[in-house]
Amino acid sequence: MSVILKAENISKQYRLGTVGTGSLQHDINRWWHQIRGKEDPYLKVGGVNDRSAKATEDYVWALRDINFEVKRGEVLGIIGKNGAGKSTLLKILSRVTAPTTGSIKTKGRIASLLEVGTGFHGELTGRENIFMNGAVLGMNKVEIKSKLDEIIAFSGCEKYIDTPVKRYSSGMTVRLGFAVAAHLEPEILVVDEVLAVGDAEFQKKAIGKMQDLSTGEGRTVLFVSHNMASVRNLCDRGIVLENGMINYYGDISDSIEYYLKPKETIESSLKTRTDRLGSGKIKVVEVELYNKDNNNISEIISGDELLVKIHIERNREIDFSKLKVGINFVDRNDNFIVSYINDEMGVDFAMLAEQDYFFLRVPNLLLRADKYNIRVFLSEIDTRKENFLDVVENVYSLRILPGDIWKTGKINRAGNSAIIPGKFYF
Amino acid sequence: MTKNDDWLYEITPKRKLVDLNFKEIWRYRDLLILFVKRDIVTVYKQTILGPLWYFIQPLFTSIIFTLVFNNIASIPTGNVPSFLFNLTGITAWNYFNQCLTGTSNTFTANAGIFGKVYFPRVIMPLKTVISNLFKFGIQLLILIVFYFYFLLRGYEISPNSNLLLFPVYVLMMALLGLGAGMTISALTTKYRDLTVLVGFATTLLMYISAVPYPLSEVSEKMPDWAWLVKYNPLTQIIEGFRYMVLDTGTFTWPGFFYTLGVSVVLFLLGLIIFNRTEKNFIDTV
Repeated sequence: MSVILKAENISKQYRLGTVGTGSLQHDINRWWHQIRGKEDPYLKVGGVNDRSAKATEDYVWALRDINFEVKRGEVLGIIGKNGAGKSTLLKILSRVTAPTTGSIKTKGRIASLLEVGTGFHGELTGRENIFMNGAVLGMNKVEIKSKLDEIIAFSGCEKYIDTPVKRYSSGMTVRLGFAVAAHLEPEILVVDEVLAVGDAEFQKKAIGKMQDLSTGEGRTVLFVSHNMASVRNLCDRGIVLENGMINYYGDISDSIEYYLKPKETIESSLKTRTDRLGSGKIKVVEVELYNKDNNNISEIISGDELLVKIHIERNREIDFSKLKVGINFVDRNDNFIVSYINDEMGVDFAMLAEQDYFFLRVPNLLLRADKYNIRVFLSEIDTRKENFLDVVENVYSLRILPGDIWKTGKINRAGNSAIIPGKFYF
Repeated sequence: MTKNDDWLYEITPKRKLVDLNFKEIWRYRDLLILFVKRDIVTVYKQTILGPLWYFIQPLFTSIIFTLVFNNIASIPTGNVPSFLFNLTGITAWNYFNQCLTGTSNTFTANAGIFGKVYFPRVIMPLKTVISNLFKFGIQLLILIVFYFYFLLRGYEISPNSNLLLFPVYVLMMALLGLGAGMTISALTTKYRDLTVLVGFATTLLMYISAVPYPLSEVSEKMPDWAWLVKYNPLTQIIEGFRYMVLDTGTFTWPGFFYTLGVSVVLFLLGLIIFNRTEKNFIDTV
């Protein structure tokens, strides 16, 4: 497969603060360097794009030395936390703004779905706006005309198509916008989380269309999303951005794993973690896993017996008979796969008044091979309300290895889901 | 695969002096047409008089000018009726003025759409100039109506052979308006000072462009300052416009070519500045 898009050393610098006399002074200095044929003096400065730390410089690198290649027909996922530089990268790709240094070479037209409904004018009718919006996105009249019926049908706004758009509900406007955008036919499509529009039914339609675009028609797509499930479904390869730099570049599942990984490193210092909710009267301080032979483990084979040992710390006296304890196994996409909650299981935790740990025994861990996080919550059941004592996400990152739950000699498929005993019969 | 050959285009920070991609603009021609259509259709939506507003503005300005300059200040307009004299000047001036003010806020007014999608930015000033051409056409119609009205009233007015230059005059006005407008729009992306200026500067400019008086009048009454009016390319356009329509005032070929030259240079200058700005303006606007 040939390379259709190539980014070389892309960097983007932004100035912090407001535009005023200070920036004018910098502009004049920059211009003075430029006419003498010298390098821009402000390119040498600039801090790393870490938004939580207070800025000490006037300039910041929103992107720094980004290099990647996209092959024809590939779907590249760009993942990263808020502020990692994803949107800046997309803006450069869609030519809304130019990079400060570096270049992007492309062999195809790039169209972006950064925002749907761009160029809509309230006074024009839906039909007129389809032409307007299509043209803004780079289609010509003939192309739009040939797809007009399809677009109208997809938007589900047939009835209102000759009514001015200012009379539309916001949902209708967005749907019409997405319908136009989804019918673009550029060689390279840049998509930024537009899937979060419309009602459930329309979202399903939109995701289906996205999948058609990227898989069915062999289009090259650059896809940005926070939704790991859709990234995993749609993409082949992934880029993990952090503080404006590429931290990982490779296969999509490895990228997602890398992206989710930083959380794991915290597990050793569970005791000192501060990203927890609740009053803290008692706290989870350590989590250990054991297998059926009482060996300390960090991985387990699907279907085996698992022992989870949870150590707590008592900071103030509480009535342990009112304690509610929950343990969840959470998959990569933050879905709770399994939950163990003591009150519905009829277990009283009064014993904890005497010891600082308790066990959860899972005789058959019937989960498919993948990575799961363990979440713990402790709360106090009052007569009227529930007071959280300690809620901690991801106290342990458990890797489950493929097993043979059906005892057939065939390894079970991997994936984030449970295997519930069942049987075919005739 | 051999490297560095068949790339369609390259996104770089390097700014060439002029990199107008005419092929690309041609590909977006439908967008240009739609923008023009949108401008024309939507301006007077939800107004009662609708397109009649196109007539009202030049008519009232002409009436006021006639009252103030010709009746009170007694500026002579030769054997041409003062009202028609003013209407002709204002019609021409309006086109330039609307091109200038319409394009001078291209970047700030369109920051929203420019921040989301890419299309050749120059489409925006172009569509302003073209949609104003439509307004100009309508205002030209009123001019023609009054022209015949005064003709029937027995005034001796007639166009001369210079009327053949009409398209060139329109082009010059467009180029001047576009050149100045694009320059201003580029200069106001970061520092807004110039936007304050544009509003009253155009009004002042009108008075040194011989709109409400003939050029001969200023040479006669203020010979020391006449150069200011005389070498103003807009004066040449307004005078030339009146000359070909009403056969009044002066016309010289050097003056004509001087104006044409200034228009082209200003346009190119505007284009260069616009081009340098368009790539990064979204970061500072």
